[in-house]
Amino acid sequence: MDFRVGDDQRELAEGIRSMLAGRMPLEHLRAREGNEQAIATDDWAALGETGVFALTLPEPSGTGLGLADAAVVFEELGRGLVPGPVVGTFLAASAGVVDGAAEGRAQVGVHTASRPPGPVLVEHLGVLEALLVLDADGPAQLLTPAPVGGAHRVEHPLDPLTPLWRLDALPFGGSVADDHGQLWRQGALLTAALQVGHAAAALELAVAYAKERHQFGKPIGSFQAVKHMCADMLVRAEVARAAVHAAACLSDAPDVVAAEAEAAGCAPGQMLERSVVGAKLLADEAALANARTSIQVHGGMGFTWEVPLHLHLKRARVLSTSFKTPADASAALAAYA
Amino acid sequence: MDLRYTAAEQTFRRELCAWLAATLPGVGAPPPHDDWPARRAYDLHWQRLLFDAGYAGVDWPAEGGGRGASPIEQLIFKEECERAGAPYVGVGFVGLLHAGPTIIAEGTPEQKGRYLPAILRGEEVWCQGFSEPDAGSDLASLRTRAVRDGDDYVVTGSKIWTSHAEVADYCELLVRTGDAGNRGISWLIMPMDTPGIEIRPLRTIEGTTEFAELFLNEVRVPVANRVGEENDGWRVTMVTLSFERGTAFVGELLECVRLLGEVRGIADRLGLLGDEGMVRRIGHLVAVFDALWALTKRNVSEAAQTGIPGIGGSVFKLSFSEHAQALGDLAVEVLDRAALCADPLDGPDGGALGNAEQLHAWFKSISLTIAAGTSQVQRNIVAERILGLPKAR
Repeated sequence: MDFRVGDDQRELAEGIRSMLAGRMPLEHLRAREGNEQAIATDDWAALGETGVFALTLPEPSGTGLGLADAAVVFEELGRGLVPGPVVGTFLAASAGVVDGAAEGRAQVGVHTASRPPGPVLVEHLGVLEALLVLDADGPAQLLTPAPVGGAHRVEHPLDPLTPLWRLDALPFGGSVADDHGQLWRQGALLTAALQVGHAAAALELAVAYAKERHQFGKPIGSFQAVKHMCADMLVRAEVARAAVHAAACLSDAPDVVAAEAEAAGCAPGQMLERSVVGAKLLADEAALANARTSIQVHGGMGFTWEVPLHLHLKRARVLSTSFKTPADASAALAAYA
Repeated sequence: MDLRYTAAEQTFRRELCAWLAATLPGVGAPPPHDDWPARRAYDLHWQRLLFDAGYAGVDWPAEGGGRGASPIEQLIFKEECERAGAPYVGVGFVGLLHAGPTIIAEGTPEQKGRYLPAILRGEEVWCQGFSEPDAGSDLASLRTRAVRDGDDYVVTGSKIWTSHAEVADYCELLVRTGDAGNRGISWLIMPMDTPGIEIRPLRTIEGTTEFAELFLNEVRVPVANRVGEENDGWRVTMVTLSFERGTAFVGELLECVRLLGEVRGIADRLGLLGDEGMVRRIGHLVAVFDALWALTKRNVSEAAQTGIPGIGGSVFKLSFSEHAQALGDLAVEVLDRAALCADPLDGPDGGALGNAEQLHAWFKSISLTIAAGTSQVQRNIVAERILGLPKAR
């Protein structure tokens, strides 16, 4: 066993990070705030060319990597605040159900919220080729084309980089063959990886600010009250990251899942669900709490539109409502105690 | 990132499980908490069984007489021992986890030959004389004085939080031999039968005597019992403390996983699983303990490759201690008025309720954010050494 992040994974993360810094730095992405298409078509294509959506597809169309590698990449997408339906497009590419998804020529959304009688809110709907509707317990459905008829764009979405559409109800689509919750689990896991990225970015911004901002003649990071907030942010991010990586490694290793399920006295599918749902819960909490804490460390500046912390907070809110919410996740996990 | 165990690691686990299954039925139930002579005998007997089977000092290097197991195998060892309900290290804690490893790293050949085999064979018990009433988190301010007199040091002062003092044969003792600060400290081996040592038990909030105070009045310790150079004891101590933050809480983590399952069982028997808030708290702790198990594997993997546990241990301890307390708080809330009683009670179904064990765990959890580095000190360590924030003390 060697559960360290491997050298190749570190290189992968650094490669994505430098690609994002060069090709779509934050000020570039922020130019589209409020736009109905959250990310430019050529930027989306650049993500596709980099292989972001085809990581786990076999060569030559993909790179033949595992979900652990994908988790490392998606953490970087979260850290870089990359907008757009990255999770849905990855899932559509890996299931091979939408042409052009793997190459970054199509955007595919994902919708997981239960179907209440009231209106349905769908992210990015206006630009989607297709919409995956996922259920933890049943097969995935694919709505293609995306159900834009009768959809109304929300004028003031919470996240200025996550445009929203409102529908009265979601139509039913065709089932995705051979899916028994795998797409749901993969999607939840990659969403959790994005959240770890948001948690990490909020921490990094707080630490940098605490080193440079002086009050009372000292850097505020020398005050224990500030220091301890930063330490708690690191703890939340590290614990969540370990959970995400463990869930990803389990998804990549059916033999380990089988052994652990036997030791825990449950079915392999339950073992996977437990690890993914737990990871999503802790990653949601880390992203939300770190964004809030980082705003506090930044003081008044943290409350401004200019400082990007509100973008991390808002994106973390958006992501926390998909797949299982923290409340649903913790309720579901009690059965495993 | 790979959670697969190697063939060698799987063989280690299989053989250990077989040995535990064959051995544990003959070990018997542990003696009462406050019967120290019986606890010493019980814990040392278990240590002897480990020694005879080749599992003594599983985390010690082979040159110290240990098994020299890899960190991954050490993790497997702790996991399977906890899962099988094997006795804890108990009174052997200081010898096996602190004093022994320090002597291996810093002791003379004579010291190694004299002390290490007796620890491994379960013949001698050690206690720790580090903290003082005025030197807790700021350990380097300790004032117990050692003055050279011929071939002896004459030691006067007091120590506190000394576990197992009543049944210990030796004490790993930090004394001041030089100037103030961390450059004037030496590390001594003090035989506990030396004249001038007074042991006064310290009662904890649970009412038990896990700890003692030591009063040292002109205790003569041979200079030959010094480990490391004179005034170099702080560095020697850091070697010890690095052992304390490695895989130190693995057993406690797995114990919490078990206790959480029992809390859920109690809640079920008491008809409380319809309470959504309570159910969510249970589920949240499932996620946290699973994640901390993953973090443990990460830290142990780091130690396996670099030889040093690193300071991932501080991250682990901060989260673990806080959530062990959350578990304890949840347990006493589930038990409600049954948690007012430390004697075992029966549940509504007539079976043992488990209140006494949960109450004991609740008390123990309260110490976790204090012992082995308070959470406040741990946060300073994390902020300064990992995040690079400036020191201001």
